[in-house]
Amino acid sequence: MSLHRREVVKELLRERKDLLVIAGLGSTAWDITAAGDHDLSFPMWGAMGQAAMMGLGLALAQPKRRVLVITGDGEMLMGLGSLATIGVQQPANLTVVVIDNERYGETGMQRTHTAYGVDLAGVATACRFKNATTTMKDLKPVRELVYQTPGPNFAVVKVLDEKLPLVLPPQDGIELKDRFRRALRV
Amino acid sequence: MQTEWPHDIYRELVAAGVRVVGYVPDAGHKRLIELCHEDRNMRAVPLSTEEEGIGLVAGAWLGGERSVLLMQSSGVGNIINVLGMVQVCRFPLTMIVTMRGEQGEFNSWQVPMGQSTARVLEAMGVAVRQAGEAQTVAGHVSAALRKAFEATGAEAVLINQSVIGIKSFQEQRSQ
Repeated sequence: MSLHRREVVKELLRERKDLLVIAGLGSTAWDITAAGDHDLSFPMWGAMGQAAMMGLGLALAQPKRRVLVITGDGEMLMGLGSLATIGVQQPANLTVVVIDNERYGETGMQRTHTAYGVDLAGVATACRFKNATTTMKDLKPVRELVYQTPGPNFAVVKVLDEKLPLVLPPQDGIELKDRFRRALRV
Repeated sequence: MQTEWPHDIYRELVAAGVRVVGYVPDAGHKRLIELCHEDRNMRAVPLSTEEEGIGLVAGAWLGGERSVLLMQSSGVGNIINVLGMVQVCRFPLTMIVTMRGEQGEFNSWQVPMGQSTARVLEAMGVAVRQAGEAQTVAGHVSAALRKAFEATGAEAVLINQSVIGIKSFQEQRSQ
């Protein structure tokens, strides 16, 4: 593993156009903020396990926009059932990207299930995602999934288990919600 | 057993502009779930656990869509932590909950959560309305929807087991 999570997320969000972004709590919320806070980003500070379902709700409500969920391996593991639920709905505009450092980064870097070989992309495939992949270096196919390929799509990006400085998004939940809806004009 | 209250709820959902309905099945919600699936303007979303419904509702609202959740009282226990997000972000939430563990319960394992449902919801900032008779269900649902969407609140309508009227395992199985 050689990828740095901040560089990965920055690359995925480069020229994001009208992409709608949900980030799971913890490191991925700091990662999307480090890449540049945006009104159409919703970084979560809690509700662990719900990032993918937030993405599903958003994708169903906004079928003409691409929706990206960026979350961590620990957060995804807490909501594995949501992959089955997404598999039933088959939203063509939804991609879930797991930034997988195989660690619980906010609580002392304990190993997650993926460190023991649990295959999240395999779970997504079994749950009827149209495309599911794991990468350790090449981000071009992941960008294609996010911006072009009909979904539901799923990608695991294996990254280094770095301890990085926190880059915190706004914490006021009402403001995060309202700014998103204002920017979408809903 | 077949009364009109599931149709009454459905009409209220349509009138309120609800387009997404997340649910974990319950025998008491059987007819309403069918009505939502049959409506081409609604997206009925089966959930693997009630907790997923909170993410679904929040995401749909971010995207400008109105949604509700249908569940059984036992499911309330599965959503406690994530109700924190509803409170902090003030997402409009309406849950229509069919009760177990009350009148005529045949399964003792349903009793602890059934007896605690209202208190658990209230402890997490959800306003609770008790529908004790079939003819009062629609009024409670209408009021809950209005408050949820217009005053951005979290609301639960608990439909008592006496309204649902299932008294035995055999009856439930033969539905």
